[in-house]
Amino acid sequence: MGGERTAVLGVGQTHYRSTRGDVSMAGLVREAAMRALEDAGLGWSDIDAVVIGKAPDFFEGLMMPELYLADALGCVGKPILRVHTAGSVGGSTALVAASLIQGRIHRRVLTLGFEKQSESNATWALSLPQPFSVSINAGAGGYFSPIIRQYMARSGAPELVGCMVAFKDRQHALSNPYAHLRQHDLTFDQVVEAPMLWDPIRFSETCPSSDGACAMVLGDEAAGDASPGKVAWVHGTAMRSEANNFPGRDEVNPQASRDCAVDLFRQAGITDPRREIDVVEMYVPFSWFEPIWLESLGFAERDRGWRMVEEGATRLDGGDLPVNCSGGVLSSNPIGASGMIRFAEAALQVRGMAGEHQVDGARVALGHAYGGGAQYFAMWVVGADKP
Amino acid sequence: MTDTPVPHEVPADQVAEGPPIQLPPSISDVEPVLSVRTPIRLEYDFIPSAAAQQYLRAYASKRILGNRSPVDGAVFVPPRGVDPRNGVVADEMVDLVDTGHVGSFCITHLPIPGRKDLPVPYVSAWIHLDGADIGFLGLVAGCAAADVRIGMRVRAVWKPDAELGATAENVLHWEPTGQPDVPIDEAGNRAWALKQSAAGGGEDA
Repeated sequence: MGGERTAVLGVGQTHYRSTRGDVSMAGLVREAAMRALEDAGLGWSDIDAVVIGKAPDFFEGLMMPELYLADALGCVGKPILRVHTAGSVGGSTALVAASLIQGRIHRRVLTLGFEKQSESNATWALSLPQPFSVSINAGAGGYFSPIIRQYMARSGAPELVGCMVAFKDRQHALSNPYAHLRQHDLTFDQVVEAPMLWDPIRFSETCPSSDGACAMVLGDEAAGDASPGKVAWVHGTAMRSEANNFPGRDEVNPQASRDCAVDLFRQAGITDPRREIDVVEMYVPFSWFEPIWLESLGFAERDRGWRMVEEGATRLDGGDLPVNCSGGVLSSNPIGASGMIRFAEAALQVRGMAGEHQVDGARVALGHAYGGGAQYFAMWVVGADKP
Repeated sequence: MTDTPVPHEVPADQVAEGPPIQLPPSISDVEPVLSVRTPIRLEYDFIPSAAAQQYLRAYASKRILGNRSPVDGAVFVPPRGVDPRNGVVADEMVDLVDTGHVGSFCITHLPIPGRKDLPVPYVSAWIHLDGADIGFLGLVAGCAAADVRIGMRVRAVWKPDAELGATAENVLHWEPTGQPDVPIDEAGNRAWALKQSAAGGGEDA
């Protein structure tokens, strides 16, 4: 990774809920932005530019909301840039913001992702009739179900591995005051007995629909050194994408995902990710994507990711590679923010500020996001130490 | 640079106050409206590309067309007139058969609003036609959902001739042929990788 050293100076999140009827979109993003500024010990005038992302505009039916949000984000007269990469957008938005620091264009950048799903219906927005094909796909679950079925068939994973992931993430969410789903009385049997929505995906193995925003303040090396609080340092950033249908495509382990991880770990100087990374925040909107990405990112051999789940390796309580200690996308899913929450939670872990879901002594963390038909990838590695 | 004024940081005594708003008595005690939900609708005309026009028109005579790549012979269906991997025109049309196999599938239990023609559960599948090198979405019926398998061989069930139009919806669904399954390691997109390695390894193999 070249260029200016980049630090995460502050993180701000809203409470994630099915409906944040108490705030408009502007109020929602401002809430996250003000918390990030407060965490960084900075004010609006310290910010040089804003980089904002959300899922496609047709979800809420509000075109280019970034234009009207400039006021609420204190950036009248400053540059504001919008990023579009479907579900990975929260991650790639943070990476665009980081690139403005790395390239020494700006010294401090506010970056933010949001979604107000209560004003939309993403499932049916993703099921629009198309002239080329029959209209039988019912939302994102309908798209990802065949990929999960392929993974199960080729890996020979036991049928309940997905339920184990879902139960773990919902337990983790109980330690995160911002999480949307906080199911104190949930049992593993209830997860297993939940109805199938997109067989093999159960209702209990899918993400909720959430309102929320997540913000970070990124700064250059001088800003990081001057920060009153502990900062996280960016050790590597990578983005890759590929088409969602072409001859020979491996939908379960996309080339773009593997290439992105290789580039990322090379930048961060990581040769044995399972040993060198302390905690992972990974984009898992459907439970089976935890073992799928564990393999693709190199934490497990091909067709062996499910064993890590079964052995409890990804649990906050006792695992050697805790995954989604915040509860993950399975517990809070404001789509445009979901990727940035992964990146922000990774930063909180290495700053030692993750509260009840802190991994003791975490020094190096991975933030991961994917989007579209598992075709857009954005990742970063952050550390407690300067790279 | 000055900061943007923050509304809730403005002291209350500095907020400009106009004359009090007088509501008519008929609505003076109703609950204030904070949000409104209302249906919206957008219709548009779709003008297909040259390749798509040929593809959709061929459906009217129960033919399924694909495009063959001039680079490595890969057959795309539906045809788009290009090989997007190589950025080249691919205008050679290929007639495909209406048989193939299931690459993978979803058993959907979530009803699509307004689709009374699609009772749940139904099986949506990636259909990989014999002779094509990518799959497309199709409905599988004619057997129990629990009996559908990755690699299961299927054939098209067409609408009656009198009802055919220039649309992919001419295929009502795909039904099992009863022939032996395609082995799971050769199903779906893996077929292309195998074909490439058998041919001595392409660039992407």
